[in-house]
Amino acid sequence: MERTRTPVVSGWFTGAEAGDGFRLLGTRCSACASVFFPREDAYCRNPHCPGGGELAEVPLSPRGRVWSYTDGRYRPPAPYVSDPDAPWEPYTLVAVELEAERMVVLGQAAPGVTPAGLAVGMEVEVVAGVLDEGAGTVTTTWWFRPVEGTR
Amino acid sequence: MSGDVAVLGVGMHPWGKWGRSFVEYGRAAARAALADAGLEWTDVQSVVGADTVRGGYPGYVAGATFARALGWQGARVTSVYAACASGAQAIGAARAQILAGLADVVLVVGADAAPKGFFAPAGGERPDDPDWLRFRILGATNPAYFGLYARRRMALHGDTAEDFALVKVKNSAAGAHNPYARYRKAVSAGEVAASAVVADPLRLLDICATSDGGAALVLCGMDFARARGVADPVRIRAVSTVTPTYPRTVLDLPDIATDSAVAVEPAAGSFRASIARAAYEEAGLGPEDLSLAEVYDLSTALELEWYEDIGLCGEGEGAKLLREGATALGGRVPVNASGGLASFGEAVPAQAIAQVCELTWQLRGTAGARQVPGARAGITANQGLFGHGSAVVAVR
Ligand SMILES: [Zn+2]
Repeated sequence: MERTRTPVVSGWFTGAEAGDGFRLLGTRCSACASVFFPREDAYCRNPHCPGGGELAEVPLSPRGRVWSYTDGRYRPPAPYVSDPDAPWEPYTLVAVELEAERMVVLGQAAPGVTPAGLAVGMEVEVVAGVLDEGAGTVTTTWWFRPVEGTR
Repeated sequence: MSGDVAVLGVGMHPWGKWGRSFVEYGRAAARAALADAGLEWTDVQSVVGADTVRGGYPGYVAGATFARALGWQGARVTSVYAACASGAQAIGAARAQILAGLADVVLVVGADAAPKGFFAPAGGERPDDPDWLRFRILGATNPAYFGLYARRRMALHGDTAEDFALVKVKNSAAGAHNPYARYRKAVSAGEVAASAVVADPLRLLDICATSDGGAALVLCGMDFARARGVADPVRIRAVSTVTPTYPRTVLDLPDIATDSAVAVEPAAGSFRASIARAAYEEAGLGPEDLSLAEVYDLSTALELEWYEDIGLCGEGEGAKLLREGATALGGRVPVNASGGLASFGEAVPAQAIAQVCELTWQLRGTAGARQVPGARAGITANQGLFGHGSAVVAVR
């Protein structure tokens, strides 16, 4: 049976299929060049913005450097989706500094990436990921993983 | 100083998991504060309640809830919600009413019955709520953010897990002397190290628990205090409730990303540092004047960050200050003499008020075995979800 692939939030990243060109999507204010992620479509949040700009969608840098990282050794509460009957598998969270955007974005690390395989300052890239799978549906998300497949 | 208000009474309900209603805790704390002030409830002209979230409605726990529990008597009422900063905003609102001449005597109350385990957002499908989103997309609990800060400190400043554990050892030793604390047992570094990792590198004993509890203050004008024969009361000299400035560059609860700094150069210093700075400026004193501080130690590592943010030491020097013993009872500037959240746990709307209760006991010289000798000035520091700053300066 073909399963529907649905992004966990629509409009935050490009096509949910694995492969080249996966990018996080933000918006940029045409009046002051501020970038927003998660995307801000209603108004510019820069208090110094001259105003009158448009918020246009922009892909964020595909690579960045680790700002910090941690993991979740205990099952988080809802609305995080996990099977209560399955043993809990810790996941890793990575906060990534994007140089061009001068911002930090948080994401889950790709499966198999543990804190032991990360270091502050390490280069990572964003890739298509799967958040959870139900009957007939796959919820897609973004993952970070070290560049050059070090782990 | 013309901006001073007097702390006439303080009261608490002990922290713990008591299984009762927050209203009971708040009422008990309020009655204790009134007794401490030597006033009747019917003397109170205004009541300010620090709200907590019930069933998704920030507002179930409100000023009027406590007024009803104490018995309707027609007082002016205010309810404030600012997450962990709710208590400071309640104090700020009460102080503004007194300074504006709207009331002579104001009762401030905060209480909560917290859920067990991780805090979680309200139910439903709510993708417009950043708090909901971080759980749905990332499973990013509060301890996950504390873990990020801790790991970053280790990378930038060379802090170690042993440094973090030492914060717990220090706070639990102080909390053992506090009859209102939930945990009244000194904890060893070995016990911290033996507890389970929750969010790398933090362990269970590095992270504060959720608790029930209540705290209350009776605030009044200086003239009212003198008329009651209290010539030299503890005074609140500053209440800081600032927001961040754009761009906010430190990843913070509950956000998934920081602001971008491409368009505007970030201001010097962090949001947390600006909270204390605003309080110092309003109070006309600085960190060198402090006898003690109460800071929001949601995690052990975060307490070290507060040392730097409230100006007790330079950036990256928090662990050094701790290791020297400066922030322990008996040290140069004890931090969390109450035992802190490490000993109390979180009862969200009560905690910022409880911090001021501790300053009051310390400045009165009635803190018993945890007394900071000759305490003259203290600061509280705290931060509420969604960009709420919170700091109070009290002096004697
Ligand atoms: Zn703009």
